[in-house]
Amino acid sequence: MSEQSHRLDAAAAPGRIDRGHPLRFVFNGRGYEGFAGDTLASALIANGVHLVGRSFKYHRPRGIVGSGSEEPNALVQLRTGERTEPNVRATQAELFDGLIASSQNCWPSVGFDLGAINDMASRILPAGFYYKTFMWPPSAWMFYEGLIRRAAGLGRAPDDPDPDRYEKRFAHCDVLVVGAGPAGLAAALAAARAGARVVLCDEQAEMGGQLLAHPRGVGAVIDGRPALDWASAALGELASNKDVTLLPRTTCFGYYDHNALALAERVADHVAKPRQFQPRQRLWKLRARRVVLATGAIERPLVFRDNDRPGIMLAGSAAAYGMRYGAAVGRRVLVFTNNDSAYRAALALFDAGVGIAGIVDLRPAASGKPVEDARARGIEVLAGWALTATDGPSKVRAALAMQLDEAGAGVQGPIRRIECDAIAMSGGWNPAVHLYSQARGKLRYDGAQGIFLPGRTEQALAVAGSCNGAWSLGACLAEGAAAGAAAAEAAGFTAASAPAPAAAEENDSPARLLWVVPSDRPLGEGGKHFVDFQNDVTAADIGLAVREGYKSVEHLKRYTTSGMGTDQGKLGNVHALGILAEVTAAEPGAVGTTTFRPPYTPVGFGTLAGRDVGALADPVRTTAMHGWHVAAGAVFEDVGQWKRPHYYPRPGESLHDAVNREVKAARTGVGILDASTLGKIDIQGPDAAEFLNRIYTNAWTKLEIGRARYGFMCREDGMVFDDGVTTRLAAGHFHMTTTTGGAARVLSWLEEWAQTEWPELRVYMTSVTEQWAVAAIAGPHARALLAKVGTGIDLDAKAFPFMAMREGNVAGIPARVFRISFTGELSYEINVPARYGMALWQALMAAGAEFGITPYGTEAMHVLRAEKGFVIVGQDTDGTVTPIDLGMDWIVSKAKDFIGKRSLSRADTARGDRKQLVGLLTDDPRVVLPEGGQIVAELKPEPPMAMLGHVTSSYFSANLDRSIALALVRNGRQRIGAALHVPLADRNIRVKVVEPKFIDPEGRRQDG
Amino acid sequence: MADPSALSPLAGRSPSSRADGAAGALPPGVGQGGVVMAERALVGKLVLRGDADDAGFRDAVRGALGFDLPLAANTASGAESTTALWLGPNEWLVATAPGAETAAAVSLKVALSGRHASVTDVSDSRTVIRLSGANARDVLAKGCPIDLHPRVFGPGRVAQSLVARAGVILHQVDESPTFDLYVVASFAGYLWDWLVDAAAEFGVAAGR
Amino acid sequence: MLLIDCPWCGPRDENEFQYGGEAHIARPKDPALLSDAQWADYLFMRGNPKGRHRERWMHRSGCRRWFNVERDTVSHAITAVYRMGEAPPATAKPAATGDATSAEPRSSGDPGQWPAGGAE
Repeated sequence: MSEQSHRLDAAAAPGRIDRGHPLRFVFNGRGYEGFAGDTLASALIANGVHLVGRSFKYHRPRGIVGSGSEEPNALVQLRTGERTEPNVRATQAELFDGLIASSQNCWPSVGFDLGAINDMASRILPAGFYYKTFMWPPSAWMFYEGLIRRAAGLGRAPDDPDPDRYEKRFAHCDVLVVGAGPAGLAAALAAARAGARVVLCDEQAEMGGQLLAHPRGVGAVIDGRPALDWASAALGELASNKDVTLLPRTTCFGYYDHNALALAERVADHVAKPRQFQPRQRLWKLRARRVVLATGAIERPLVFRDNDRPGIMLAGSAAAYGMRYGAAVGRRVLVFTNNDSAYRAALALFDAGVGIAGIVDLRPAASGKPVEDARARGIEVLAGWALTATDGPSKVRAALAMQLDEAGAGVQGPIRRIECDAIAMSGGWNPAVHLYSQARGKLRYDGAQGIFLPGRTEQALAVAGSCNGAWSLGACLAEGAAAGAAAAEAAGFTAASAPAPAAAEENDSPARLLWVVPSDRPLGEGGKHFVDFQNDVTAADIGLAVREGYKSVEHLKRYTTSGMGTDQGKLGNVHALGILAEVTAAEPGAVGTTTFRPPYTPVGFGTLAGRDVGALADPVRTTAMHGWHVAAGAVFEDVGQWKRPHYYPRPGESLHDAVNREVKAARTGVGILDASTLGKIDIQGPDAAEFLNRIYTNAWTKLEIGRARYGFMCREDGMVFDDGVTTRLAAGHFHMTTTTGGAARVLSWLEEWAQTEWPELRVYMTSVTEQWAVAAIAGPHARALLAKVGTGIDLDAKAFPFMAMREGNVAGIPARVFRISFTGELSYEINVPARYGMALWQALMAAGAEFGITPYGTEAMHVLRAEKGFVIVGQDTDGTVTPIDLGMDWIVSKAKDFIGKRSLSRADTARGDRKQLVGLLTDDPRVVLPEGGQIVAELKPEPPMAMLGHVTSSYFSANLDRSIALALVRNGRQRIGAALHVPLADRNIRVKVVEPKFIDPEGRRQDG
Repeated sequence: MADPSALSPLAGRSPSSRADGAAGALPPGVGQGGVVMAERALVGKLVLRGDADDAGFRDAVRGALGFDLPLAANTASGAESTTALWLGPNEWLVATAPGAETAAAVSLKVALSGRHASVTDVSDSRTVIRLSGANARDVLAKGCPIDLHPRVFGPGRVAQSLVARAGVILHQVDESPTFDLYVVASFAGYLWDWLVDAAAEFGVAAGR
Repeated sequence: MLLIDCPWCGPRDENEFQYGGEAHIARPKDPALLSDAQWADYLFMRGNPKGRHRERWMHRSGCRRWFNVERDTVSHAITAVYRMGEAPPATAKPAATGDATSAEPRSSGDPGQWPAGGAE
């Protein structure tokens, strides 16, 4: 354990840390100590550690650059084992006792990295290197990709399941304020005081934004009191308002249509392990009536030669480490700037006891209060100078400075070497317009400041503070208060006209824009001017890409990878655009920006998944008899979300053994199927029959009460949409059944036509799918079984004929019994209120014992219906099949119109050689064709062969002791009796085309 | 339960629906029982369709039920143990005490005979999960996109929406708050498990 | 995610709704009288404007009513919501052209002439 070598004196720089609460942590195998309130980055800096990783491409040593979510370099592998997480920004990782982290993208260690050979070889790693080198021949990429990824390797995913809990929730508010800096606090206060429901979120652990960190906050005064006191009072007021939700540690990462926003709350990332049931992270799906974006600004680096050595960082961040965390980024800090803000950073650091090696200012006529204040402290200011190089192997130890020429295009005069152990740079500030841009807000370019500012938007949002280009504390507060009040008003509240919190205005001198700081060597020689630290993109790379023709900003990004990666170019993007504009002699505003897309910062998959994992990943729908099936050892099949018994194996039985037994039982004894999942719709109204006439292809008007009819529905294009049996319960009352998968779709279809096209028809539909539990009994003994359990119905075949329905009491349970058959056997579908489904099933099983009653699953059901040639919509049809194609001309009415009828006479639909349903029999009865197998007339040694169609259903039929198949075959009806082939990868199967009816084509068995 | 052969969808889960009253799938609460859950098993339910603009229809229904149907979208009305929930401009769900649905259906059908209206018994199509307790809204917010803030949603309000991946009819019964979630029977197990999981941090107690 | 103002239930999230394509395409009264081209026009041809579009939505997870929405396909701004059978707002002419009730072909293509198999 080392002492915290770079911790500042508590009196001079108290910071927001708790020095009475030390925390131990391990970084790259070495133990350190920090304090509660530190981030991993601030604790490392307090211990004098800057080198935290290696760059992506050249493996150059890299240090901490920023202090928040903009950080490009300090990505660490946090925690170990099942909780390990890659790509965590050390600047956002709050310290906890026992934290373990390590550098990533370096092997074998951050100090000695084999990949650094890439840096020496950088001449062969220019922009577009991957595209140029590895993409040809195409097959080579497969080989190179693995090597490149291993060498690049941004962290490791854990091998074990994540033990933590992640949650999601919805939220609604009148006003969402994103960012709790001075503008955001003022906005939230104004909106909350108007009575609005307010959500205030901020990505940092502590709210206050720049007030916590920026030198402006030190000694700044708001409404006559210290700025931090004002902030803490504001937060207190907000916290005590029950209609305000404060969300610290929460990143608003996505801004979607109509003010839908996504927020990621890091609920327990800052502790070693969440409490029981406490989520690690929470996804907020928020809908806001109004949004105030107070997302602040992100400081820009300066693009100068070798600007990437550890110890070179953003000036505002250097100040933040001093002011907020009491940690000195160096003992002798050199400041390099093009604007006034870095002066304030220098002054704050100086006043906290940090040595300042000097201020190098690109502006030749640096003047104004900050400059005077610096000079008054004896800090040397080199105005009109530039840093032309830096020195130091693993941390900066000196910089070279030269005088800029008037145009800023070159340097001149003697070289000065300035010893330093850190460089605080500032290239100005970019408004954080990411969310604004995600919200499809148009940006406008401010040429004087060299920044993109919010322009125009159609969303219900406002922008306030420095993300809107307000740079002084007073302006931020005023904009925030106004935006908050306006948002509340727009949401229907009345805001009291109170003065905005007041603070002194500062009038900064203009910055000097130099996209690239020149050195004494041509660009690209003798060192690198980094634009994008994370992706190792240099100013020279951008020039090269433009020369190679990548002049569009979107092309440039993809070719150079500038602006990609976990930071998405938060630091370097505008520089890249500026350089592109300069090289192409265009205005940056005309060049435009790349598209800002969610997420603002990376979001873990766990957060997006929430509790939709494991047993809760998707609903499991079960029937009233499910418990019986489970107890009987059924193997289940997923049919949509339903769990249906697939088959009921006896000990030692395979799927085929069980199915063979089940299908035989249904044809020789009696089988029982849980058919509860079939869709059922109750249709009532005087025009119900006319409605069915229009929906189904066949006619319904004359159907007698108590009788049932099978029907096809087509879409308007004439293709089969669903099928089922519908029964007339009364003159204006029908009970419709649909396929299991079609239940919701068909009801929706009926409602659509009734509501939108035929509102004059008096008909009401109600889903009764789950009102009724259904046991289907099938087989020669079905009638005897019913008689045994008792029904109160005359079961005589004449009294209760095929395709009829009778009401009775089956085993004492009120029931509707339908004599319909999907097996071709004598069959009854017994419908009882679902509460009695289990009782019915148990009664039938008990009574059926003497008949050898055999429960059968969906596989046997499929075989039984295929033996009869009954189609399954969605298996034997695929949305391109008409009833005629299925050989079911008899079900298509010639007399009346119905949905799809006109399409059946369209030239293509009426062709005689369409794919038609046929049966296939293999020459070898043991061979079962694969479903989906292609069918050809003429075999060739290898593809292509002219394909006539495909096998739609294929089974081994134990009842026929041979295989059977259904298929859709071009001109199939004309091929009955012909031989065709099903070529497979390893063999060809010869088949004979037959009528698609394999058992009892006359339909005698259904009467028992 | 009067009829032992009648099983509700949550008979294996909700202590209120179990003959033995055992805790079923409820985990031991870690909080103060901020959420109370129970299945209201086998509540009678009828879907009533008819023309709300037809005074004759409204009068007939009032005659049969003893109260006015709710005509404002997404509201409820009722008297004693019968409640009518607005589901659509010509659609209501009438909830009755268990077993009372048949009599209610008969009186509605008699009152409405000769009119274009429909009454369909859906008592077994859905079951009702009653969710109450101080954290009931927090639990629902985890899966329901509806704004349930007291400013916008209160007793007597109804919404058809989603809770997690299950469609529900949500009815706020009182200010405490108590919510009745009408869920399709086959989704009830999933929704129950989801609610128990979502409520775990607040502590879950079994209601009646 | 869009926020769609159901005419009965009020503003709800888009994922409670089902999209139903272009609005105001009435089914021809007597399809048998139409030529293949006219029928194909009703069946297949839809406007795809950049700008205001009148379309049908159904509140699937809510009241299950169909209704019409006028939406800008660029900004997704919803400029009107009106019930089935109600006239569209007269304020702004949508970019969508045509109305299939006239059964006038909007395209000259005859699907019957498509290469065999093209429609399968």
